[in-house]
Amino acid sequence: MLTLALLCIPAFFGLMMFLSSDLSKKLAWVGSLLNAAVAIGAAVAVSYGKTEMLEFDGGNIAPLGAHFALSINATSILMVLLNACLLPFIVHVASKHEMRNESAFLSLILFMSSAMMGAFLANDSFLFYICYEAALVPIYFIILQWSTAENKSKIVLKFFVYTLFASLFMLFSLLYVRQFADSFLISDMIAAGSKLSQHEQVWVFAGFFIAFAVKIPIFPFHTWQPNTYKAAPTAGTMLLAAVMLKMATYGLLRITMPMVPAGAANADWAMWLCVISIIYASFVALNQTSFKLLIAYSSIAHVGMIALGILANGNTAYEGALIEMVSHGAIAVGLFFIADMIESRVGHDHFNKLGGLREKHPAFAFLFFVIVMASVALPVTSGFVGEFLLLQSVGSHNIVMALLAGLTVVFGAVYMLRAFQSTMLGKHNAELAFAEMTASEKMVLTILVLITIAIGVYPGILLDVVHKGLQLTGI
Amino acid sequence: MEKLITLVPLFPLVGFLYQVFFGKNTSKQLTTIIGSGAIFASFVVSLIVFNSQLHSHQAVTVKVFEWIHAGSLHIDLAFLVDSLSSTYLLFITGVGFLIHIYSSGYMSHDEGFNRFFAYLNLFVFFMLILVLGDSLVTLFVGWEGVGVCSFMLIGFWYKEHANNEAAKKAFIMNRVGDLGLIVAMILIFSNTGTLNYVELFNHGKIAALSPSMLTTIAIFLFIGAMGKSAQFPLHTWLPDAMAGPTPVSALIHAATMVTAGIYLVARNGDLFEMSHTASNLVMYVGLITALMGATIALTQNDIKKVLAYSTVSQLGFMFVALGMGAHSIAVFHVITHAFFKALLFLGSGSVIHGMGGEQDIRRMGGLKKYMPTTQKTFLIGTLAIAGIFPFAGFFSKDQILAHAMEHNMPVFILLVIASACTALYMFRMYYLTFHGEFRGTHAQEHHLHESPASMTIPLWVLAVLSIVGGFIGFPHALGHAIHFPHALDHFLEGPVLVAVGDMSVTVEIILALATMGIAVVMIYVAHNIYIAKATPVLEDNEITSPFHKLLNKKYGFDELYEAMFKKPANAIGNAFATVVEWKIIDGIVNAAGTAAEGVGALARKLHGGHIAGYLLTFIVGLIILLGLIFKA
Repeated sequence: MLTLALLCIPAFFGLMMFLSSDLSKKLAWVGSLLNAAVAIGAAVAVSYGKTEMLEFDGGNIAPLGAHFALSINATSILMVLLNACLLPFIVHVASKHEMRNESAFLSLILFMSSAMMGAFLANDSFLFYICYEAALVPIYFIILQWSTAENKSKIVLKFFVYTLFASLFMLFSLLYVRQFADSFLISDMIAAGSKLSQHEQVWVFAGFFIAFAVKIPIFPFHTWQPNTYKAAPTAGTMLLAAVMLKMATYGLLRITMPMVPAGAANADWAMWLCVISIIYASFVALNQTSFKLLIAYSSIAHVGMIALGILANGNTAYEGALIEMVSHGAIAVGLFFIADMIESRVGHDHFNKLGGLREKHPAFAFLFFVIVMASVALPVTSGFVGEFLLLQSVGSHNIVMALLAGLTVVFGAVYMLRAFQSTMLGKHNAELAFAEMTASEKMVLTILVLITIAIGVYPGILLDVVHKGLQLTGI
Repeated sequence: MEKLITLVPLFPLVGFLYQVFFGKNTSKQLTTIIGSGAIFASFVVSLIVFNSQLHSHQAVTVKVFEWIHAGSLHIDLAFLVDSLSSTYLLFITGVGFLIHIYSSGYMSHDEGFNRFFAYLNLFVFFMLILVLGDSLVTLFVGWEGVGVCSFMLIGFWYKEHANNEAAKKAFIMNRVGDLGLIVAMILIFSNTGTLNYVELFNHGKIAALSPSMLTTIAIFLFIGAMGKSAQFPLHTWLPDAMAGPTPVSALIHAATMVTAGIYLVARNGDLFEMSHTASNLVMYVGLITALMGATIALTQNDIKKVLAYSTVSQLGFMFVALGMGAHSIAVFHVITHAFFKALLFLGSGSVIHGMGGEQDIRRMGGLKKYMPTTQKTFLIGTLAIAGIFPFAGFFSKDQILAHAMEHNMPVFILLVIASACTALYMFRMYYLTFHGEFRGTHAQEHHLHESPASMTIPLWVLAVLSIVGGFIGFPHALGHAIHFPHALDHFLEGPVLVAVGDMSVTVEIILALATMGIAVVMIYVAHNIYIAKATPVLEDNEITSPFHKLLNKKYGFDELYEAMFKKPANAIGNAFATVVEWKIIDGIVNAAGTAAEGVGALARKLHGGHIAGYLLTFIVGLIILLGLIFKA
């Protein structure tokens, strides 16, 4: 039942907002916090082995031949936590700024969270596909209605059509495997897919990979991403970067890898694309002066690493990918939150026009610095645990790939420190009016910093749940 | 007793956290007490642990908690206490404590006083984790941690752009090395299934590897060491790191952090010992660095830059020792170097303090009169690094030279040249600073004063250590003859490779006298040029000799790297960001989109922007497709 609650709570509160729009802020807070609490409850249930609460089967969806089956297992529990626990932060950002038609904005955010939750909870591959696509609709309207970019309709259409089109390849793969499976249930699909010939598996894998490569995104399918991240209102960007793309890496980990193991084992071409993606994005990030675009490209490098580690399928890939997905989510929210703080104060996010903020804003500088360090994968932050495990997985497959992908260790330091230095360090600039960090902003950044450090110092808080889940349910 | 080990890193961590939470309202006195007291407490516990090691000689692992547990990778946060780590503990906390005391005087007028102590405490914490960790991953935690602290401390005065650039450079060049260390860890784990030292070395996991794999792993580990210990070609960050406050240069960029690379190689000594190629690489890189640093130091005029290149050069000496398999001697030189180089840096800080911030030795001279304590202790440090008996540097450097003589004659000769340069540049600096006429401004002369006791007491303690510290490693043959054992080798044997040569007493004595003789000649030369003839030092724009220019420009590495890496990387980034990204890749995407639109009238209608139409088409299409496939 918990699963159904997790799926429905955001959607329910989203609907309520249509009915009473003056209560929308309160409803968004209650809904998101309640959902986070339920998600934490689910994690506790997993660690106590109470799996019976975590399954739900709503029966057949007749015309589609799909099951409305939800479950929480080892792989999904962290994604559920990520999605639910980041939502309050996103609601905070969304309600921070004055905007027209706020209730619609907030309700779309909750709807999107609901759809993504569906993808993470789905125990049926077709349901996964539907939720995966459904999540596009709210974010499409969020960007179209609330973006301040001039060419927003063009940007958002490209994003929408591109990802929608690419997903068709996933659909083809699913349908192909379905011919040999008893149902769309992931377990049935895995059983059927793994029996296919290697040749077939390679093609099925390719279908999945193309769909996911656009969503993640991976070079050369990534050109929709920077503009979309930049154009979207910050809350929308957070949803995209912190959670939405994780549907793709999650799908890779949960469905594709076990379903077509022989196809995934012969996917060096896809791995090389990931490597190119990491290096290419790092190079592009070097010269960015817009903080949001910088984060966008650095995000391509980081998620490229997640995909690469999963595909390498090494001994440490599974835990590494899960930790890094959570870590990247928290760090992306942190970085975009900072970008939003800057943008809302000075009207732009070009850090080369800033400088010297540290003197008057030492606390902000400290929190910013820790998040930057987490982003460059410094030990004792979550970024290190994830990236180290992923690189280990890559290196046990091909050490040259690990070496090349590992260049992010250097590149990340170059561009992130440049951004930090240009914004915070140097002489105080009296002409630059920069309002004091508010108490709520400080709280948000502090919590995010504590999350990344807690995971970095003791990753067991997440991995123990995953391991317990593995004992109970398997992947 | 080893159970107490957890306390050693805990005290500095508590000191740091105290500053994070209560630093705003803490007085400078209280900060000094807490910050220095934390390190002193660690020192006391380190002494207890060291003493216990001295008697038991048993390596002990103390587990704190399970850290990372993924797949077959199990990493505990655990400490390995043995003779190597307990030796390092002692001088990290001991020298660290003295530098904390010194800082309380040196930084007393700085508004960032509390912040400074917080960073220093955090640094010591990570440095202790680095040497205590029982696996390479735990070492890496400390390794990266000290890197960040180094970044924060080099750029401590963050209002100056140059300081921030120096800090960034240090961090980035270190990260190049760190990538080497990461790759080494990946290779080790992939091939042995563990990263724990005891399992690797005592359970024979390393010995089972193929020779080529051993060499590859050793080389990547060494790349990590090169970054942290500023070895050619990753050395250029260290001189720039002098932008930080002087106590930082003494603690981090002379005594402790930069010797982490030596620790890394010594800790994995068996691995290097099994690869002839890797050992030779270590030796030659060390040799090049020793010579390069020593020659550059001859022409530098910033008192801290001379010391920085001197550090680069001395670290090179240590790597030569490592490359020759004489690991315990490298560690010995780490210890004596920690004493006399910390002393010299703190002495230079005292000079800079007295000169009101001036660092150019061309503007100094005759400071002996105004700063007698600084001068006396500085002279002791200078004699120690120049290798004059009985000062500490004599013993450790002499043993490196002795090994080189047995091992490889050309290397020996080049090392002798480097150590001759050492005596020359050190005494050049000493004479220019403390003797002759004062060459600065009147205002500076008026300002000149001896530093307060909080600064001079640490100088004296380090001076005493620089005098007596060498006797822990008395030469083997001579020591055997007069029954004075090599205490350090005896203690380190086991965890660290000890190479005992078969040199006779006579050769040992002749070598010692010869190297000391060369040093004395060099001191005479320095005296002759800068005191007797009082040759003025050229301003940078007056230099005409091309060789002098090359040295003064530090062989042009900065310019070379700028042209080889920085500019091309930015150009590639620029080309990617403008042309490849938008003209080519996105161009193809858009062209594909347009082409698809042209396919049918339906698509053209959709372009109107009605997303609902898209969705409808999509869902209808989907249902039809499904219906066709699953009709049966």
